[in-house]
Amino acid sequence: MRFKDFNWPIWIGFLLTIASFISYPTLFVRFPATRDFPWATLLLFGISLMFLLIGVRRAFSSSSRARSKVLASLFVLLGVLILGTFIVTFFVVATWLPASKGAPQVGQKAPEFRLTDTNGRQVSLAELLSSPINGKAPRGVLLVFYRGYW
Amino acid sequence: MGIRPVAISVDSPETSRDLCQKAGYTYTFLSDPKAEVIRRYDLVHSGAGENGEDIARPGEFLLNSSSTVRWVNLTENYWVRARPEQILEAAKALD
Repeated sequence: MRFKDFNWPIWIGFLLTIASFISYPTLFVRFPATRDFPWATLLLFGISLMFLLIGVRRAFSSSSRARSKVLASLFVLLGVLILGTFIVTFFVVATWLPASKGAPQVGQKAPEFRLTDTNGRQVSLAELLSSPINGKAPRGVLLVFYRGYW
Repeated sequence: MGIRPVAISVDSPETSRDLCQKAGYTYTFLSDPKAEVIRRYDLVHSGAGENGEDIARPGEFLLNSSSTVRWVNLTENYWVRARPEQILEAAKALD
């Protein structure tokens, strides 16, 4: 197969689709600007779809073999599935969170607790609110509840 | 700013220590393996853990020195978190 017969747009499109999918959790999630609404990832997906469409047009041109048509169609299908998975994961699955109507609201007292820190030491909320930071009493405490590290 | 950040999850102290070392965090990380405190704060996300265990849904609470909640952020999408500027604004207004 000569170089100019090789359907490079379809390959670039497919590889870029995979790269777009990976780009969010590995790169764009680190910056609030690209994390809170994944426009950069969607932009990359858009570019990859463009290459896939160019590749499909090329594969379905009259001089191409049947095998190229099948491969190109498969890549477009996979590309759309990967984009679909990203969209569903970000815009649907990530919103499946409990309502937490009973969580402490502004003006209420935060429930007291006693938990273990990374040094194995038991720490209470009262201590967190009173033990000095750089020699001064804390103005407050920011409790950050998170899903966990995995 | 005088605010003490405290991170809480069901992770064990060892797992949190690992995370802190890798990411260079120096603030307090607390373990709530049975999600008891998470439950008291009504933040339980049943079965959402890696092995089907109960974990916390993300939530941030800014408390003043008398333990009164002065700012709450309960994100509707677990990829979206409060930005530092938002927290700083809330911290400045602390009584």
